[in-house]
Amino acid sequence: MHFPIALLLLQASKQLVSLSPVDIVIIALYFLMVLGIGFYLKNYTKTGEDFFMAGRDMSSWIAGLSFVAANLGALELMGWAGSAYQYGILAAHWYWIGAIPAMLFLAIVMMPFYYISKTHSVPGYLKLRFGESSRLLAAISFGFMTVLMSGVNMFSMAKVMQIVLGWDLNFSIWVSSLTVAGYVFFGGLLSAIFNEVLQFFLIWLGALVITILGLYEAGGWSGVVHRIHERWPNGDYTHMWAGLGSFTGNPMGINWVGIVMGLGFVISFGYWTTDFLVVQRVLAAKDLRSAKMAPIIGAAFKMAVPLIVILPGLLGLAVLPDKLVAESAQAANPGLHTYNDVLPLMLARYCGPGLLGLGITALIAGFMSGMAGNVSAFATVWTYDIYRAVIKKDADDSHYVTMGKWCTVLGVLVSIGTAYLVMQSNSIMDYVQSLFSFFIAPLFGTVILGMLWKRATPAGGFWGLLIGTLSSVAMWLWVQQVPSALSIIALSSNAKPMAENMFRALWSWIICVAVTVGVSMVTQPKPEEELVNLVYGATDIPSEGDLAWFQKPAFWAILVAIVLVVLNIIFW
Amino acid sequence: MHEHGRLPIWFFIGVLLTAYGVLILGAGLYGLSHPANVVLDELHIGIWWGILLLLVGLFYVLRFYPRKQ
Repeated sequence: MHFPIALLLLQASKQLVSLSPVDIVIIALYFLMVLGIGFYLKNYTKTGEDFFMAGRDMSSWIAGLSFVAANLGALELMGWAGSAYQYGILAAHWYWIGAIPAMLFLAIVMMPFYYISKTHSVPGYLKLRFGESSRLLAAISFGFMTVLMSGVNMFSMAKVMQIVLGWDLNFSIWVSSLTVAGYVFFGGLLSAIFNEVLQFFLIWLGALVITILGLYEAGGWSGVVHRIHERWPNGDYTHMWAGLGSFTGNPMGINWVGIVMGLGFVISFGYWTTDFLVVQRVLAAKDLRSAKMAPIIGAAFKMAVPLIVILPGLLGLAVLPDKLVAESAQAANPGLHTYNDVLPLMLARYCGPGLLGLGITALIAGFMSGMAGNVSAFATVWTYDIYRAVIKKDADDSHYVTMGKWCTVLGVLVSIGTAYLVMQSNSIMDYVQSLFSFFIAPLFGTVILGMLWKRATPAGGFWGLLIGTLSSVAMWLWVQQVPSALSIIALSSNAKPMAENMFRALWSWIICVAVTVGVSMVTQPKPEEELVNLVYGATDIPSEGDLAWFQKPAFWAILVAIVLVVLNIIFW
Repeated sequence: MHEHGRLPIWFFIGVLLTAYGVLILGAGLYGLSHPANVVLDELHIGIWWGILLLLVGLFYVLRFYPRKQ
């Protein structure tokens, strides 16, 4: 324990906050606890089902909290707090319409097929529904992108720790990633899920202090609105929909079509229903009702996350004495703070010794939950969907568990390598983030047609996925080479880069669906008996049992949906 | 509560929150005589937050403490 403390105390002079000894003890305790949990759980992860699927015995609460925590990374916290400072409450769209409908759709419509097909992964479902080629395409893309994204996040987190605390980049990268590798190596998905639930608590308890004190200082929500209007008279930072009638009516340069169809439909549904990083948590549920309840519980908490992410950004607009700037403006004037610094600045504003350690622990916990999610999903997809499918088909269970364990280490090492690559050239980060987005929207098209349309054929599924993905790459390259092409893709000359992602996703999804339908109509479908438990109309959905109305997932899904509508009306 | 003989995650959460509660409460009490240079320090949020963590942590520890069946 001496070497990290010694290193932590070696802080650079130019940093946002300084840690006291009690803060360092709090952070050290956190590292001890997550490693201890991983070590403890190694005795409970003997089989492949234990290591890769957490024994499929998680309660709906554990699966649901893990589901939402795997997405609640530190960069997510800091990045969206920064976006809220930059764009105002518009950023909350990524938490509400950009997440909740998709999570509820996953719970009620898609989860039965994922769950009763007994697949261990999303590529695994594609194998059952469309065949080996679709599975391999999805698995290789997912595995590759997951470790690259993990590396990008790792570098970004290390950079944040350097700016906020003055920590050495190498120290942050190696200590945090080896800790994640340690606990996932020992306990697999079970350990990742346990730690994600713990991290979920820490993130909330660490960040909620800012919201409470910020609201107190500003005089409640009405005080926040009043102060923002007073300090920023030319911008609309407090309305979610009022400025979305046109591309020029809001600081994001996007209209309601982009938000509703691009974000709320394609990107959100693509991520929350087909990204194996999050879906894997729900597949670990102990029964179908738990599997359906888990995303609904996750959705309820996701809907509350703006309290600890978006609101601190808005509070920054209301109470911080200095105005924050974009990264580009900071390059010209290094003395200024950027939008992304808003959360650490608010942390430093209100949190003294002890609470500061808890806040920093929340950021570290966020990073580690995201990374563990990436690594455990990568290990599963590599072992089951690539290694077992192509390289070694007939080994025993213990062989695959060993492979999964070493895959965890390999995934972390590749991530570290990517982090150092990004350190050499920041532009790699933009490329990797774009690469990830290419795949999600078409994958959603393929999976949803596979689940809801019996006529979709294996050839249709494969070609739709491939051409949808390639079309997304082509559109991205087009805008890179000819920036004016953005106005064609987003259907407006006033569109800004944020709109490009939304509309590119929407087009690639439409192309995927069109190709899948077209090819399916001229190729041979699978016989109906092979579609049992995979497709709507060929599957008897098992009963949830004799439940009272308030125990039914549909009741809670409707309740969450009503709250979502009410929140959007309140902040219209 | 203790599925397959293993401790539930809630117990681990309780242990960590209890420890954090003690540390943050202690730091908050120390801050009464050594004020920190933060906004709204007069509210002594560290004391209140420490008590909250301690109560939540103790609840989970006691509720999910491993007992022999």
